[in-house]
Amino acid sequence: MAPGTARAGGRRRARLQATAMAIVRFLVVVALTYLGLLAVTFFIGRVIPVDPVLAIVGDRAPTHVVERVREELGLNLPLYQQFLIYIGKALSGDFGTSVLTSNPVMADIRRVFPATLELATLGTLIGTVLGVPLGVLAAVRRGSFLDQIVRVIGLVGYSVPIFWLGLMALLVFYARLGWVEGPGRIDVVYEYTVTPLTGILLIDTAMQGEWEAFRNVFGHLILPASLLGYFSMAYISRMTRSFMLTELGQEYVVAARAKGLSEGKIIWRHALRNALVPLVTVIALSYATLLEGSVLTETVFSWPGLGLYITDSLQNADMNAVLGGTIVVGSVFIGLNLLSDLLYRVLDPRTRAR
Amino acid sequence: MSSTRMPINAVRNFLSRSLSRRALARGLVGATAAVLIASASPVALAATPKDTLVLAWAIDDIITLDPAESFEISAGEIMGNTYDRLVRFDVADPSKLYGDVAESWAVSEDGKTYTFKLKPGLKFASGNPLTAEDVAFSLQRAVKLDLAPAFILTQFGLSKDNVEQKVRKIDDLTVVLETDKAYAPTFVLNCLTANVAAIVDKKLVLEHEKDGDLGNGWLKTNYAGSGPMKIRDWRANEILALERNDNYYGEKAKLPRVIYRHVKESATQRLLLEKGDVDIARNLTPEDLAAVEKNADIAITSRPKGTIYYISLNQKHPILSKPEVREAMKWLVDYDAIGETLIKGIGKIHQTFLPMGLLGAIDEKPYKLDVAKAKELLEKAGLKDGFSITMDVRQTQPVAGIAEAVQRTFAQAGIKMEIIPGDGKQTLTKYRARNHDLYIGQWGADYWDPHTNADTFARNPDNSDNAASKPLAWRNAWDIPELTKKADAAVLERDEAKRVEMYAELQRDLLKTSPFIIIYQMVETAGVRKNVQDFVLGATSDSTYVFKVSKN
Amino acid sequence: MKNDAQTWREWLTSERPASRRQARLGRAYAAWSRFVDNRLAMAGLFIILALLLVAIFADVIAPYSAVTDGDLRTARLLPPSAEHWFGTDDQGRDIFARLVHGSRITLFVVVLVAVIAAPVGLLIGTVSGYAGGWIDAVLMRITDIFLAFPRLVLALAFVAALGPGIVNAVIAIAITSWPPYARIARAETLTLRHADYINAVRLMGASPARIIARHITPLCVSSVIIRVTLDMAGIILTAAGLGFLGLGAQPPSPEWGAMIASGRRFVLDQWWVAAAPGVAIFIVSLGFNLLGDGLREALDPKAAGQ
Repeated sequence: MAPGTARAGGRRRARLQATAMAIVRFLVVVALTYLGLLAVTFFIGRVIPVDPVLAIVGDRAPTHVVERVREELGLNLPLYQQFLIYIGKALSGDFGTSVLTSNPVMADIRRVFPATLELATLGTLIGTVLGVPLGVLAAVRRGSFLDQIVRVIGLVGYSVPIFWLGLMALLVFYARLGWVEGPGRIDVVYEYTVTPLTGILLIDTAMQGEWEAFRNVFGHLILPASLLGYFSMAYISRMTRSFMLTELGQEYVVAARAKGLSEGKIIWRHALRNALVPLVTVIALSYATLLEGSVLTETVFSWPGLGLYITDSLQNADMNAVLGGTIVVGSVFIGLNLLSDLLYRVLDPRTRAR
Repeated sequence: MSSTRMPINAVRNFLSRSLSRRALARGLVGATAAVLIASASPVALAATPKDTLVLAWAIDDIITLDPAESFEISAGEIMGNTYDRLVRFDVADPSKLYGDVAESWAVSEDGKTYTFKLKPGLKFASGNPLTAEDVAFSLQRAVKLDLAPAFILTQFGLSKDNVEQKVRKIDDLTVVLETDKAYAPTFVLNCLTANVAAIVDKKLVLEHEKDGDLGNGWLKTNYAGSGPMKIRDWRANEILALERNDNYYGEKAKLPRVIYRHVKESATQRLLLEKGDVDIARNLTPEDLAAVEKNADIAITSRPKGTIYYISLNQKHPILSKPEVREAMKWLVDYDAIGETLIKGIGKIHQTFLPMGLLGAIDEKPYKLDVAKAKELLEKAGLKDGFSITMDVRQTQPVAGIAEAVQRTFAQAGIKMEIIPGDGKQTLTKYRARNHDLYIGQWGADYWDPHTNADTFARNPDNSDNAASKPLAWRNAWDIPELTKKADAAVLERDEAKRVEMYAELQRDLLKTSPFIIIYQMVETAGVRKNVQDFVLGATSDSTYVFKVSKN
Repeated sequence: MKNDAQTWREWLTSERPASRRQARLGRAYAAWSRFVDNRLAMAGLFIILALLLVAIFADVIAPYSAVTDGDLRTARLLPPSAEHWFGTDDQGRDIFARLVHGSRITLFVVVLVAVIAAPVGLLIGTVSGYAGGWIDAVLMRITDIFLAFPRLVLALAFVAALGPGIVNAVIAIAITSWPPYARIARAETLTLRHADYINAVRLMGASPARIIARHITPLCVSSVIIRVTLDMAGIILTAAGLGFLGLGAQPPSPEWGAMIASGRRFVLDQWWVAAAPGVAIFIVSLGFNLLGDGLREALDPKAAGQ
């Protein structure tokens, strides 16, 4: 080979350039996504036939008060001007004050998002921990009784209305059996004994050593999380089964068996690892769905989370809150997508760009 | 096609089966153990603490805690318990007024000047003394901020420009209020019992003033009052906590803490109530009420409120503006059936625009379901085959159920009604723009005086699209110069007996000719656990006094 | 062409098809027989056929009217009995009759959404995955924007803007349903993009459009079909959610989801009002899921090799 320095240096520079380009492309893409999100929320907010001033002043306010507030909110400006102001506010991180709660939107979100995060994380954990092994077993034991059971459990979870199941679960496990705590995140008794640091009560109570409160929070959390986990598990187990079936039908499995590899290794080390590639997307999607806040679960369990927050704000045309909530949800989603994309490239060499 | 099985595979399958099964079993056992250990807390102890009253109520309508701005029902109750005002009315008999912050008052000969003498030695929860300075400031502030409830005060001729002269302190214990006309004293005093006339701590509020907002930005989420309870914490749509105010001049609150938990669903509230996780549930449906009544630990309490539910006909519509049609539709509602089923326990059939309990309200119920009569009237109007119409309906109960029931009774006379569902704010927006055909909704009294409803049902000073005031009569484009004059006269009548007569006449007029089909008066009902004493629902939102409640 | 010596069956299962048409028909027949063998799949098909029949003959099957019959005062919230097989609802209407008539609406919603959303998602996903680069980035960003919204909230927003009604609800749900299909199709396409046989076809001179349409799409179809059938229940429940939030099927229309939503107030004591439509939805989605599974096992070309 010719003296490596010049060529190697050139190659390194080329790689740096490529990385820099990739980063720039990534940033542009993220910016465009956010812009798109903002445009959609703005459009929805203006198109919805609800007068945002109503939410602020109420139905009884005299006309001149209504007009004054409308002027103050800048609703009489031309549409494109309003949009520019909207974007400007988003960029500066100021999402304004929610008309419904009179708090800064960011403060509201800092309050409601951890509630949903706690619920969604636990739910996805349950769903994955139960769903993946069940899906693998169903695929391996395809057509057997176990397979049918797993599929039926999944199917039931997928077809029953969540609020009905939630209410029934509350009735049975809380009202009749007393195994779990009732609606709400924490009992009134412990309400003001814990200082909310992260907002995730499980962590907060543990950090402060309030073990009674911790148990209480867990008691409140377990039922809605299990409910969401059940639905998540239904979906994940189905997809796992489907992906595993694809993998187990591949030639390399036959080859591996012929080579004498143990069935266990084939299933868990090889087939599952390959099935993980699309499975990761599925789990990320499932997590994101739960994070976006299951409005119906939050209603039944009086869980003050993001789903309820965004829905209430949307119905009252509280666009500041909708904007803030959407940006947060969107960010989470983009983040999760990126993560799953990255994991993709790590796990499956076939998808790496040449 | 089924895979061919080789003997080696059989062995391998068995091994992997037991392996995976073991793994699965281990996982399940571990998970179950964790759950059991974690939830092995004594769940039975979930009852509410002895020194705290816990209520389950839908409080998502609260958007501000500033009395000069707040107008929602839930907020109204909070204000009633945490802020004092010049006068209050007796919960048992709303026609009797007594002094709250005021020790006595006098009305001048010409009826336009009110002088209030305050109780001495009063203090705010913050410790600051409560004097005439604060009283005058509070009323002036409400008028200057000019927010939603301000009209209750400005309707006496107060405005930003004149309020500092019209409402002023004479000395530390005397306040004077001047009105522009000689209104009935009951009217003025009733208005002063409203939350908008609450006394706020001038010193504390002005400390947090920003950009000349008179402290509004701060007071939206904070407290500056002198009532029996003070607001400790408010997390919107989640919880609102009250604490006993030890600086209160009167009888101290029985319980040190009162907590309102936001729970939207009736079914959830019922479960919490039955389990004892809340002491009082406020939003139970008729079915849940009936079920809860059977529970030995729970009692039901109820109180008719100043809110009436009605269907209104937009008079801009060529068919709906015919007098025969207006009357015919009043004969096409099955009031009795609705009363016995959809609103059982939470409402009582009422057909005039003044709810019972207000001065001058009459209880005449001339209408009932009479399809034949309705058909006759429609034929007279040339509509023998009926007509098609739409109704904007909020998707909440019992309004949605009533709309469906009414749809079927209308159909019996050939009126095809299409229900346009929407959420509360949507239907309201359409209504205020006069874009509806039929609307079903409610109206609650703003203050405890008949003028509050007469003002909106029987007055329409300007029917044009740019009217300055937009009462319900305006929203339905009902042009009524004669009735407006009658209502105006009634509010100025100082003789109480004559005033009652005038309102009786107004109600009968509207029964005959108005485009309002008034269906029922709301009855607020609560499920209360038996160990809770002295919980009494008030006639208005701000007269449900939780500070009088005790537990044993 | 078939000669008289062969029966139809022999012709279809012949290992050496004489024409492309015979090969295609032969593959279809093989798929069909695999499907028929699968008892659960047949059960699913049976359920869906039953749904179709009930929807067509609703007027004949239902003993009462779904909308006009029913006495508010006397017949309200009656438990299941001989006169009312599934009891009555809060307006006194017979629930069985409403279920039967509601099957039409369910079918309408599900078919329309699938027909709109699946092809759109498939197209966007495969194009995006195959093309890569800027096209992929832009299409995926658009997909992300739609996915970043809570599905119910986005549908709510669209219906709010378009106005309430079952048709608008369908459009709204369809608009929010395609992104997951796009993502899945893209995931599959990415894996397949560099497969050997795709390279072979490309070397033979096939245009990208042809590759996507004829080679990649059929391989993604099964995954999308699974997701679509899995989604059927979700679609019906989203429609119910819309009804619960105040938009969607207008009362007194007997849409199943709306029936659950309105029966939810009585779920503690008069459970049949919400349970009956809930069971109906469950059976129908079970049917769709079983059907989808069976289709997948029958159609998957890789499984066909075994």
